[in-house]
Parts: sequence; structure tokens; C-alpha cells
Amino acid sequence: MWEYSDKVKEYFFNPKNAGVLAEATAVGEVGAMSCGDALRLQLKIDAATEVITDARFQTFGCGSAIASSSALTELIIGKTLADAMRITNQDIADFLGGLPPEKMHCSVMGYEALRAAVANYRGEAWEDDHEDGALVCKCFGIDEGMIDRAIRMNSLTTVEQVAHYTKVTGSCGTCAERVEEVLTRVNRAMVDEGLLKAAEAFDPAASARIVPRSKPVAAPAKLTTLQRLRQIEQAIEEIRPTLRRDGGDCELIDIEGDTVSVKLTGACMGCQMASLTVEGIQQRLIEKLGRPLRVIPLSAGH
Amino acid sequence: MRPVYLDNNATTRVDPVVVESMLPFFTEHFGNASSMHAFGSAVGGAVKAARQQIQSLLGAEFDHEVIFTSGGTESDNAAILSALETQSGRDEIVTSMVEHPAILSLCEHLERTRGVRVHRIPVDSRGCLDIDAYRRALSGRTAIATVMWANNETGTLFPVETLAELAHEAGALFHTDAVQAVGKIPMTLAETDIDMLSLSGHKLHGPKGVGALYVRRGIRFRPFVRGGHQERGRRAGTENVPAIVGLGKAAELAALSMNDEVTRVKALRDRLEAGILQSVGSCFVTGDADNRLPNTTNVAFECIEGEGILLMLNKEGIAASSGSACTSGSLEPSHVLRAMNIPYTAAHGAIRFSFSRENGPEDVDRVLDVLPGVIANLRAMSPFWQGDGQPPTAFNPTYA
Repeated sequence: MWEYSDKVKEYFFNPKNAGVLAEATAVGEVGAMSCGDALRLQLKIDAATEVITDARFQTFGCGSAIASSSALTELIIGKTLADAMRITNQDIADFLGGLPPEKMHCSVMGYEALRAAVANYRGEAWEDDHEDGALVCKCFGIDEGMIDRAIRMNSLTTVEQVAHYTKVTGSCGTCAERVEEVLTRVNRAMVDEGLLKAAEAFDPAASARIVPRSKPVAAPAKLTTLQRLRQIEQAIEEIRPTLRRDGGDCELIDIEGDTVSVKLTGACMGCQMASLTVEGIQQRLIEKLGRPLRVIPLSAGH
Repeated sequence: MRPVYLDNNATTRVDPVVVESMLPFFTEHFGNASSMHAFGSAVGGAVKAARQQIQSLLGAEFDHEVIFTSGGTESDNAAILSALETQSGRDEIVTSMVEHPAILSLCEHLERTRGVRVHRIPVDSRGCLDIDAYRRALSGRTAIATVMWANNETGTLFPVETLAELAHEAGALFHTDAVQAVGKIPMTLAETDIDMLSLSGHKLHGPKGVGALYVRRGIRFRPFVRGGHQERGRRAGTENVPAIVGLGKAAELAALSMNDEVTRVKALRDRLEAGILQSVGSCFVTGDADNRLPNTTNVAFECIEGEGILLMLNKEGIAASSGSACTSGSLEPSHVLRAMNIPYTAAHGAIRFSFSRENGPEDVDRVLDVLPGVIANLRAMSPFWQGDGQPPTAFNPTYA
């Protein structure tokens, strides 16, 4: 039995704004029956002010999918499109007093439906991050395609790295074996394509060895402040080409103690994967400098 | 209002008589059956009596064909691993696509780590095994064929006696996961070709954490759990005496209520099923209606998802299940219903109601009172629902 919060139960048993909106001016549809959940979001948008004056949902899915859909409508009614688009799936989950980790994908569905509806309103095509691959991590809704891309883009060679970049194995952990398989397959292909040295590729047989907890790359105590700043700067520069390949970019703004402030620009802005990107950058810096660091994304207007 | 428990294929309430039989073995009869003193000998006798109670329920020839284990999953694992270990030159497994994960996960693991070849035999839309495909898969390479006696989700029965004979024709061992069948339908193993059978205590009003593996006398066997000499060296570890005594008592009670199970309980199930089909449109019964457990019905409701149904039923004090409890947390519909080619439009909305001897007519009335409203409520919220008799609406989201 799932540990649903009282708010989730309240919004499931007595959902607000369920049904059809006859005078809708925008419709967003995401999911599919084969996926186990689907959502049709209908909005009425005031043309002059772009304020969402009404919203209705129809949801096929579990209790938390219905509650998340209802929560989304409550969050966006009365907001301008611009304000509504700032709502993240975490906001939906927070509004509901949290969701079980395995059910976080329900809040993502609400987030995506809103994007689909706004794209529909503006007459744009909407595309999401979903690939055709089989879902590997059911907790966070991460499929094989996304893992494949993360491994290739960042030349990942350990399950731990894949976990840091994509969050797989981070919740229930049952996908660990599948992740090893994907990593083995992708690394092998990368070796064949000349993108990776055979010796660096993930070796499932060797991974059973006990690895030391931390592996300092540099001797951190010996660095001067200036050397440290340069090193962070250099590490950020090394990451940027990868982001640019996806139409995004990242700029180093400030370094204060162990806190590194960056600004994500281009396609990274508003990207659903932005928080993963920031985590990826943080991971890369930690690996390079061999010491803990915190990377904070600053909003584009900063 | 008394809660309505219709999830007896998941687990059953321990019969108060069973609990009563167990209690002395926590207190005055606390000895270790292996000890050379009076404390031990009292306990040894109780374990033997429990073994005979199981033997009697199964219709086995000898009591020592019963090995006590920690439950159905351990029994399944022990049977398959022993079969692979004792027959050199035979390294293939024949099983069905609709087995419990206790079988399927192990097979998948053996496939990947030991290169064992696994033949998963398909089923038809009623969940019945493709016997021809089963026959073709058996060969001189087959170490063991393992097919469940009754499916946990739909209750569909498999012709295990015939399947065992076919396995023997190929020189292979035959095992059946009978966790759902034992205690619900009569069986006489001594008159069959079945070599090994798994059963679980908590499915028949016994305690959790105890089960048994039947191994026909003369079958070579290698233990899954190694250590002491308990269970004639076939399952090491000090006996879980209170649980074993409880399992024995549960088996005795199950034999006594067998007739009730196949008559009164079956009638309750049939009335619920007919009532649902009559009062709720766009739903159908999955599995082989003419050949299934007397206590189980699995109804698939179009255009809605099972968890919502369960949450609303739970609010009304009714406990049922959606697919298999083991697969919850997954977005995939049950592997059993997918193997039966039940369309996605209904597979996600399949609900299993499973009765026991503790249910009565008022339980059926209560479900028939509440369920139509629950289904209508959820369908009103579904983007696929267009009304009774209408096909699910075309829903073409940006991605699928």
C-alpha cells in the first residue's frame, strides 16, 4: 500500500476541476493507455491578458495521477501563462504534501500536460524528452534512451556515475541490474565506434571489486585560492561543449567557498532536465577537484 | 461495518484454531527437535505430526516426502536449482509465461548468469497453456518442467497431471507451484507423475514464513539451504516449530473445509461475478471460466486504472487486488494479462476478488452495492471513456 499524504487522498477522493471544459481554448494531451497513465488538460485562456481563467482535467491512471492532475489545475487557475509555466513537477508534488518516490512520474505528467496545452494554444508543436526505449527506472520514469544519451554525452563508465546523472537506481533500486546491462551495451558500442578506450569501458565482472570510497584526484590542501578558481573555471569550460551539443550552455558566475554559482542558458532554460544537468556539472566538478562542492543554478535574469 | 476481505489469494487470516495450536510451541515446548532430552523429543513429535497432516492434504504416499521451508518462494527456488544440479547434461527449463515471479525471476537470473536455456510456453486468451508448444519444448536437454497448478491472478487451472506425464516421456522432472491450489481443490499426488510441488502456509489460513516442498521419494535432491542435518539433510536450519505446527493444523482444517470451498464459496464467487457483469457495463471476466479455482474471479473494467478502483473500494472497507500485489509500483499491466493478450484498454483496470471460507453472502451484497458507483465515478474522469457500448475514445497525445 502506498503511503499517500492526506492531501493526495483528499484530491483523489474529491478531485477539483475534473471533467470536460466546453469552452476550452487550449488542450494538452500526454501519456497513453499502454503506459498506464494519460491526461487531457483543457484550459480557458483570456486572449488579452493570457490569464488561465479555468482548467479541467480528465485522467486515466492511479490515485496519485488523478490527485496530481487536480492539483495542477488548482495551481494554474488565475495565473498568467508565463507564471504557470514556472510551476515545476516538484511544485505539484509539494502542493500535495509530497508523493511516494515511485509516483513522482505522476507529477511529471501534469507538468508535461501544461506544456503541451500551452504549445497547443500558441500553435506550436510540442515535443517531450521521451524516447521510445523501455522504461528502466519506473520511479523517476527514465527510459533506456535517456540513459543511453547520458552515457554517451558524458562518457560515463560506472553505474554510480549513471545514477548521479540520471537518478536511476536512486529510489527503489530494483533497476540496478538493468542499468548495468545498458551501461555494458552502450560502452561496448562506444568502444566499437572509437569513442571510448576498451580499457575504460564498464566491465561488469570487475565492478564487483570494492572501490575506495573517495578518490582524490588532486591534493586539495596544497591549492592556492587562485589555483582553485582556475581549476573550477577550467572544469566548467570542459563541460560546455557537451551542453552546446544539445543547444544549451552554462556560464560560471561566482565562486564563494564551496558554492559555485552557474547560469544555464540556451536550451537548458526551462528544460525539464535542467536539475539533472546541474547535478551533472556538480558531479564533474567534484570528480575533478576531488572535494565536495555545491553547484547552484541562478535564474537567467540574474 | 465489518470490513469485506476479498483478497485471499494475496494472504489469508490465520485461523484462530491454528493460532491456538501454535502457542504452546513458543512457551512450554520451546525445545530444539534435534536435542537429546525431553524438551527436544516433544517438539520432534509435533513436527512429525505436522508432516503427516500435509501428507494427508496432498495425498502423498510418505510423510518424509514433505520438506518444510520458509514458504512458496523458497520451495520454488529449491526445486529448480536441485533439478539443475542433479542431472548432468540437462540444462534447460520449460515453464509458462504466466508463472509467479518466484519462478520467472529465478529463470531469468539463471538464463543470464548460467546460460540456462528457458522455454516460456505461451497461453491463449483464456490463460490456457499451449500444450503443443509445451510438448515441442521438452527434450533430452530438459532438466525440469515447472508449471503452476493454478494461476494466482485469474485462478485458471493447468492440467498438471498431463504435463507431468509429458515431462516424464522426455525424461525430465516435473515441478508445480501449487501455492494457490493447495487446500482449494482436492489432490492425490501419489497417483500422479508430479515429482515436486510447492505450497505456502499463509495462503491456507496458516502462518506466514512457512511452507513446504513435496519431493517424491526416490527423486535425487540437493539442498538449497546448507548447514545442519534437519529435514534429512534436505533443508538445513533449526525448524521453525511453531509455524510448522500451525501449517500442519491449517492443512488439516483445509481438508475439512474442502467441500465448503468447492460448493458454498464457489457459489458466492459466481453470484458476485454475475452481479458485476449485470450491473457494470464494459467489463469482462478474464481466465478460463469453466476451469479455474472456485474462489477467484478477475474482472477487467474498460478505460480505467485499477489502483483508483482499489483506493475507492478500500475507503468503503472492501479489500481486493489489482493484478498481482507483487507487481504494484509498476506501470506495466500484469504479465499474466499481457500474456493472455488482454487489450491495454482493459488490462490496467483488472481487479481480482478472491474468497475464502470466512466470506459470507453479505460480503457479496456489499461489493455489488458499492462497485458500480466506483466504476462510474472513475470513468467520468477518464479521457478514454465514451459511454457504455462505445469503443474507447481515440486519444492521440503528443507522444505515446
